[in-house]
Amino acid sequence: MELYLYIALFAPLVGSLYAALFSASPKSQHVGIVASGLLFTSFVSSAILLSYVLSGHIVHTEMMTWMATGDLYIPFGFVVDQVSVVMMMVVTIVSTVVHIYSIGYMDHDKGFNRFFSWLSAFVFSMMVLVMSDNFAGLFIGWEGVGLCSWGLIGFWYHKESATWAANEAFIMNRIADLGMLIGIFLLYWNTGSLQYDVVFAEIGNLPLVVTTWIGIFLFIGAMGKSAQFPLHTWLADAMEGPTPVSALIHAATMVTAGVYLVVRANPIYDLIPNVGIFIASLGAFVALFAASMALVNRDMKRIIAYSTLSQLGYMFVAAGLGAYWVALFHLMAHAFFKALLFLGAGNVMHAMHDELDPFKMGGLRKVMKGTFIMMTLASVALAGIYPFAGFFSKDLILEVGFVEHHYVIYTVLLLTAGLTAFYSFRLVALIFHGEERYKLFGIHPHEAYKFMLVGMSPLLILAIIAGSFKMTYYQLVINILPDTQYHVHSEMTYWIMTIGTQLFVIAAIAFAYKKYSNWNSVPDGTSKMENSFGYKLLWNQYYIPKFYEEVFSKPYAELSKIAWKQIDLKIVDATVDGIANIIYKTGENTRDIQNGNLSTMLRWMVVGLVVLITLAFAFTVGYNAVGA
Amino acid sequence: MEVTLTHYLVLSTILFAIGLIGVMRRKNLLMLFFATEILLNATNIAFAAISHYIGDLSGQMFAFFIIAIAASEVAIGLGLLIVWYKRTGKIDLDQMNSMRG
Amino acid sequence: MFEAIAFYLFAALTIVMFTITVMTSQALYAITAMAAGMIFISAFFFILGADFLGAIQIIVYTGAVMALYAFGMMFFDTTRNVVEKRTNPQIVFVLGTLAAVMVVAIFVAPIVSNNIQALYPIQEGVGNSQAVGMILFTKYLVPFELAAVMLLVSMIGGIVLAGKKMDKSLTLMKEEDIGSIDDGFEEIQAGGHH
Repeated sequence: MELYLYIALFAPLVGSLYAALFSASPKSQHVGIVASGLLFTSFVSSAILLSYVLSGHIVHTEMMTWMATGDLYIPFGFVVDQVSVVMMMVVTIVSTVVHIYSIGYMDHDKGFNRFFSWLSAFVFSMMVLVMSDNFAGLFIGWEGVGLCSWGLIGFWYHKESATWAANEAFIMNRIADLGMLIGIFLLYWNTGSLQYDVVFAEIGNLPLVVTTWIGIFLFIGAMGKSAQFPLHTWLADAMEGPTPVSALIHAATMVTAGVYLVVRANPIYDLIPNVGIFIASLGAFVALFAASMALVNRDMKRIIAYSTLSQLGYMFVAAGLGAYWVALFHLMAHAFFKALLFLGAGNVMHAMHDELDPFKMGGLRKVMKGTFIMMTLASVALAGIYPFAGFFSKDLILEVGFVEHHYVIYTVLLLTAGLTAFYSFRLVALIFHGEERYKLFGIHPHEAYKFMLVGMSPLLILAIIAGSFKMTYYQLVINILPDTQYHVHSEMTYWIMTIGTQLFVIAAIAFAYKKYSNWNSVPDGTSKMENSFGYKLLWNQYYIPKFYEEVFSKPYAELSKIAWKQIDLKIVDATVDGIANIIYKTGENTRDIQNGNLSTMLRWMVVGLVVLITLAFAFTVGYNAVGA
Repeated sequence: MEVTLTHYLVLSTILFAIGLIGVMRRKNLLMLFFATEILLNATNIAFAAISHYIGDLSGQMFAFFIIAIAASEVAIGLGLLIVWYKRTGKIDLDQMNSMRG
Repeated sequence: MFEAIAFYLFAALTIVMFTITVMTSQALYAITAMAAGMIFISAFFFILGADFLGAIQIIVYTGAVMALYAFGMMFFDTTRNVVEKRTNPQIVFVLGTLAAVMVVAIFVAPIVSNNIQALYPIQEGVGNSQAVGMILFTKYLVPFELAAVMLLVSMIGGIVLAGKKMDKSLTLMKEEDIGSIDDGFEEIQAGGHH
């Protein structure tokens, strides 16, 4: 069993290294195939491990010692328990599909080999993150995914917007990592170890205030990685990267690492329900906040990115309210249909020659049947219509909110569900229905490669049927996650809730279709609605990026400039130059000693003699005076 | 009054100083050699005096060897000086600066 | 008492002589004063009971070294007064004194602290020359031999540096060629007579 663990963990690394060998060469097909093949191996190993864990066992190994200094002992240890095997399955399935998809998507890209190297490296880091059995390993995986995300967002590094977005993502992540590090330090200081089992056993004995701070700091780390407010601006800008990257990283894996952290650390959060309430409230706020920004956006990938942000809010609501298994379930289901949405968007992008404005598309269902079906079904799953996967997970979260008497959160989430349905189908309607506005721009779209569509199909299937795994999944994870059942008190309320939610969502979908399926013009900024205050506010993302730029980026840039010009140039460089100058000038001045004149030389000889004898004398006298 | 070691050493000092002044002052190479001889003689006096007052013969041996060395030094020095004179026709220190650094 | 008188007399004379050597601008005066100074120094050696050393001083220093200097001086044109640029006499004076004081202080330090142990003590009843001989050929044998070799080398070096017509070897030439060496001189001398 341990063998499968190591295969699942290291196969992506091997793929990454293999691809890295060719990273400077032009595109070679075998690189993509090898990398995808290794990913598939990892998936198979994870599946074997899943069956093993389903039968009730856990695999826990220690590969080697990393640090053993004093009281600190940190090994390279890995554990495959119920929670991590679920994450492993999600990661490997989505990664394999994305790898296969990328073979077709990055077909004409010069950096084909480099892309697979980064992509597989990312998967490796993610696997380290979810399979690690201590907080230090988690942090390594955390940083690794941050780094690979930087490399992948800024993949087309010649584009300045891409590099800027990559830096923004990485820097925001790092700011949050500071919080996480403090949390980890606090954990070590108070419990003496970073191993999950030791920490969670000890955590109950700590004073509540310490536990609260630990929970807060760890959540700050999760905020950065999962793009919760106020560290959310990087997620939308991260769409500069290639679409497979968005599918893998910003839908299914990296952004869910924050949720994974909270789920994994559930013994800590169980002790501090107040922090949990805060997390849940923040999650609900983000859900609504992101959905509102997606309503008016005209960038296809950004809409889907805001959708991700919104769903992350859902996950945090569940986790914050103590329903960890619900959060994990939604994570799983969301990964499938969101990745499918992104990959479909990639197809559309390629067909429309990288055009992202859905208003410039339209009527594509005639040309791109496969993508149309996939994106529509994915959006249905996202909206939460029975019997697709989204229904089971999202409705469960709504139930949690209701049952726990957090009616405000419940209302917010319900409203967001409606908004989600609206903007998802706004997108679908604009792209695939209505007049073919793209003809105005002379674009000739065509469907993606057959194998790409075939590759995406597992996700489609999973998005449809994942709801049926609920029971199996529940039995599985309840072994280590708190068992919280949510029963609405009366059957009536339950059915009213469920049916009501469905009707609300369907109404939103219908509204979207009615408004957008017959759109026939490209808005150019002059219509009344576009100039209304609400529209402008949403369009500019509540002016938050601008605020960050004015308050943080610009002053910091000024500070850096001052530090460069005043301090670095004038002080540091001047000092170094000064030292060199002194030596040079000394040399020049003492050059006159060597003027070739014997008389002068003799005089200098006597000077030297005097100096040396003085020194000898002084030292001898001093030595005698001290020693005697 | 009694002549002690100190007197001899003072004398040696004075002669050594004279020699040093000569070494630093003289621009004529031949005169420079003279000053060097004075230095050596001053130290010879010091060695002999110490040898006498301590009762050790080592000082005299030292002085003896110094004389031998001085002799050979003069031979070679003058030989080199002659060669230089034949080449350049002057033995003025201030004009000998081809070794300028 | 005699010793004191002798000491002060010779001390004064030596200092005066050497000062003349260093200060005068005429080479002939300098060399004469030098030779005189050497003799007076040997007087010191005799006062101190280093007879052998004193004799050696006269023979080697005054006889050989000063003679060598005299020959050297004849070679250079010393009727011309060498004009010397006076540069900073004060510094020179100060430096010289300072250095001298230092050197002596270093020499005196071990003696003053009464730490000296005589390695080769002077034995009474044995004449100085005898004692020197005894030590020279037993304990100082190696330096003695080395000094001998060094003198040989310097002698050869002096000859090579200063000699003329060094390309012809008299011992290797035939009889008739030897005579032809002087032909050039006769012509010059003959030319001088006319």
